[in-house]
Amino acid sequence: MGMDRSDVHHAADTGEDHPHPKHELGYYAKRIYAIRDLLIEKGVLTQDDIQRQIDYQEARSPANGAQLVARAWVDPAFKKRLIDDPKATCAEMGIDAASINEFVVLENTERVRHLVVCTLCSCYPRPILGRPPDWYKSLNYRSRAVNDPRGVMREFGQELPDDVEVRVHDSTADIRYLVLPLRPRGTEGMSEKELATLVTRDSMIGVVDPLAPQ
Amino acid sequence: MESPRFKPGERVRVRAEDHPGHIRTPFYVRGKAGWIERVYGDFLNPEALAYGKDGLPEKTLYLVGFDQKEVWGQYPAGSQDKLFVDIYDHWLEPA
Amino acid sequence: MARRHHDLGGLPAGPVDQTEHALSDWEILADAVNQALGEKKIKRTDEMRRAREDMDSELYRALSYYERWIASMETILTEKKIFTSEEIDRKVAAFEKKWGEP
Repeated sequence: MGMDRSDVHHAADTGEDHPHPKHELGYYAKRIYAIRDLLIEKGVLTQDDIQRQIDYQEARSPANGAQLVARAWVDPAFKKRLIDDPKATCAEMGIDAASINEFVVLENTERVRHLVVCTLCSCYPRPILGRPPDWYKSLNYRSRAVNDPRGVMREFGQELPDDVEVRVHDSTADIRYLVLPLRPRGTEGMSEKELATLVTRDSMIGVVDPLAPQ
Repeated sequence: MESPRFKPGERVRVRAEDHPGHIRTPFYVRGKAGWIERVYGDFLNPEALAYGKDGLPEKTLYLVGFDQKEVWGQYPAGSQDKLFVDIYDHWLEPA
Repeated sequence: MARRHHDLGGLPAGPVDQTEHALSDWEILADAVNQALGEKKIKRTDEMRRAREDMDSELYRALSYYERWIASMETILTEKKIFTSEEIDRKVAAFEKKWGEP
């Protein structure tokens, strides 16, 4: 994940305490501290507003998505609810998806795999999964996910036969997409908690299948 | 609210046009033919929101499906792979 | 019809670099300020996207993800007359004076 609590706290301080030598900050890094201070001075935002966002973001991670997927794997009625009304079903699990305008769950099957990209910028279901990985935001992924999804998947270790259909979703509007990966074979009898450990962030973007059981 | 112009299953083509400003219809899909997979409903127009306007009137947003072969021409033979893009009503015409 | 620099789908490109970097505190701050501005409806994501699309193309490709965000934040917030670029410059100069030379 990266930043620990003390480093994150420093980000919201009023310019007094930075964990690394301040003179080494780049051009834009210095400007965001200036922007932050100006916004506070002019009463546009408060320290609390900013800290709240830092805290909110810290609480979002792929673990939320993994919880949803594992429950969907063991409970067919839950899976149906998740696909029919993802926002309400997230609320059921105590996952706050309220800030997503609209949210669609794409179910993988033996015959179909989905891959999600935002070629125009970096749209991603942040309230469910947290921040996107660097690679998802990269120029190369945004270029190739739409015309070479199998090539991209291959780089991540996923080789799919020709008779499996790959469906790429380019999220160009307010809809946010979450892949519901296929439950791996040999997982009968595993608990929901154990199943959740197989559900990786990358499997919910769709670039790979979930992990196989030990 | 008017009912959507297109229904799921209908064949559509993305307008092969361009204009300055903020556009959420990717270049690679302009002029391509596909089908309406789903009707998402009405949303504020991002092309106007991008300039601080209110984005009204709302535009119907569709999930439009394309065969990869149709979009790229060069795509592995025999593949059933598909590409789905979220496209606003004013960028679509009947195919 | 011209393809703009952010409209990348289908362009020839190299392998996807899978290395991930832990966010610096300035990146976490950029992220949080951006979200807070959105929550307070000071600006819309659509405006920020437009600003990035209108950037110089070479700069777009050269900057990192959060650097682009900070650049577009400056464009939109100065456009809305919340502050000026000169005010940002003065603040940065004050920081540099306080923080001293390497």
